[in-house]
Amino acid sequence: MAALKQYFRSPMGVIGLLMLLLVVLVAVLAPWLAPYNPRERVQAEPEDILAPPDAEHWLGRDDAGKDVLSLLIYGARVSLVVGFTASFMSMIIGTTVGLTAGYFGGRFGNLSMRFVDFLMVIPDLPLMLVIIAVMGRGLLNIILVIGLLGWTYTARLVRSQVLSVKERQFVLRARSLGASDWRIILRHVLPLVLPLIIAQAVLDISVAILAESSLAFLGLGDPTLISWGSMLNFAFERAVSRQAWWFLLPPGFAIVWISLSLILIGNTLDQIVNPQLRSHHLFDPRRMVALVVGGSVLPRGEAVEPEGVQEVGA
Amino acid sequence: MERRNYVLRKVAFAAITLAAVVVFNFMLFRILPGDPVKLVIHSPRMTREAQERVRTTFGLDKPIWLDVRRLEEGDVLGAFDSQFTAYVRNLFRGDLGISFASRQDVSDILRERVWRTVVLVLAGDLIAIVLGMALGLIAAWRRGSRLDAGILLWALFSWALPTFFLGIILLILARGYLPVGGMVTPGLKPEDGLTYWLDVGRHLILPTITMAIVFTGEYILIMRSGVMEVLSQDYILTAKAKGLSAYRALRDHALKNAMLPMVTMIALTFGYTVGGAIQVETVFSWPGIGRLMYEAVQKRDYPVLQGSFLLLAVSVILANLLAEILYSALDPRVKPE
Repeated sequence: MAALKQYFRSPMGVIGLLMLLLVVLVAVLAPWLAPYNPRERVQAEPEDILAPPDAEHWLGRDDAGKDVLSLLIYGARVSLVVGFTASFMSMIIGTTVGLTAGYFGGRFGNLSMRFVDFLMVIPDLPLMLVIIAVMGRGLLNIILVIGLLGWTYTARLVRSQVLSVKERQFVLRARSLGASDWRIILRHVLPLVLPLIIAQAVLDISVAILAESSLAFLGLGDPTLISWGSMLNFAFERAVSRQAWWFLLPPGFAIVWISLSLILIGNTLDQIVNPQLRSHHLFDPRRMVALVVGGSVLPRGEAVEPEGVQEVGA
Repeated sequence: MERRNYVLRKVAFAAITLAAVVVFNFMLFRILPGDPVKLVIHSPRMTREAQERVRTTFGLDKPIWLDVRRLEEGDVLGAFDSQFTAYVRNLFRGDLGISFASRQDVSDILRERVWRTVVLVLAGDLIAIVLGMALGLIAAWRRGSRLDAGILLWALFSWALPTFFLGIILLILARGYLPVGGMVTPGLKPEDGLTYWLDVGRHLILPTITMAIVFTGEYILIMRSGVMEVLSQDYILTAKAKGLSAYRALRDHALKNAMLPMVTMIALTFGYTVGGAIQVETVFSWPGIGRLMYEAVQKRDYPVLQGSFLLLAVSVILANLLAEILYSALDPRVKPE
């Protein structure tokens, strides 16, 4: 709960959370919020095409005479669905690989880390582009490709944490009490690493959303769905020459909005679970004095290793 | 000796990665739904003989990996006469197939376009590195100040900004002042000499700025945390205790050590840079590999798509190898794992 309090004390974190909540609300309430149904065919008169904003269509109309604001509202759904599911997949895979590679080590650990290196070195976007172009542009394919390629960083992060956690005393004690490997991993190692994993997963949502929108912009979005990326693709292909900024700018800023919110949240979480990065003794006289005199470097209120808590569960 | 082992290990890893990419590229073509010949031919009007000709050039009448029947007959060498070996053989000859759309050799298309992407990526990345390092250093140095917060916020913002969208914004803003598409004003030819190259340079401005702005954010964050980490080391404290000014401590001790992670990050983000180039080239119709891939997606031109991917993957793998070797030369502490 202390962490929660700490989170809400950070203005960046609160702003990010509010920004995300707004998008989630818009996505959930899309049918009630959108002034028009974007799936409906529009009998567009020539003057409706790429019509600038007016009282009836706040963000004007697109190249088919549809209301841009309604498209924008529905587009939130694809971004959120792709972002959350793909990042959830990455989180599960990355955590599993990282935990097993870090805990068991040995040949298996080495091999899986080499595989991570391999995936990391292949350029992401071209790879996704080729796979989606061949396998088809369905939403499921897009989620799978992003999720199956996005777990490498999590795996590395988890592994490096596990390597240090598994040498800690409570793990050794649990083992000497006869706890099985998997019990140790799930009960003692995972809870310690979980906060980091979650912070990383939040950042991964933004990465996934950006990946989806890039693919859609490059013409590889699900053709049956409205997404911000594919709106930009249409706008770019048909509206740039007409200077139809009302069709071009909103979906782009929507992408910036959602990914910025997730980055703010992820960064705040990261700062809470990664206390050593938070402030620097060179710029913090109190800590510098403590360092020179030889006292505790931890300022008041900072998280102490939860080792004692863990031992109770053994 | 240890260093040579390290380098050898890295070379071996790069070689395995390259091989895996080749296998992947081969497999991707075979898992295409339906008969690959139908896709290769692309047109139902093609005659039966022509179809057969494609079948033999691609080795499609042969088994995919290994001819088990011939292996059982004791013909070990003949058993390797498969689609895969045909594919690898063609690769080594520089034969990447023929474009569905333009009927040209894919390798010729790539050769014509590759330097345009190289120029764009190098120019954009170079500006981003210099800017990112400078801003990251300032941010770490003035840690906690308003300036730091501003730089940090900008870095986060540029991370959230899709490359293609920034490109579109700049394209709208610069319309009328700078060329916003293509590589050269139609009508100019390389024979025009300086005029031609200056014109190419003017076309390069917007794509380069877009790349630079987007990638600066990443470098700022890396440089900032790198410098901050070095500043927290005991030897900096010692240096300050000796009476060295904060500036000297930073210049003589911190900077050099903070540079090391930058070298790896430049290589690691190279794959990401290439992805950015695809988006930037698409927005500004810069006729490089990225724009080629975009057009190949539209036209379902699979050979071009695969050839481009192979080229990009190979360059990124080699760039990474180079960086790792360079890194081990810069930092004597790097040892084989």
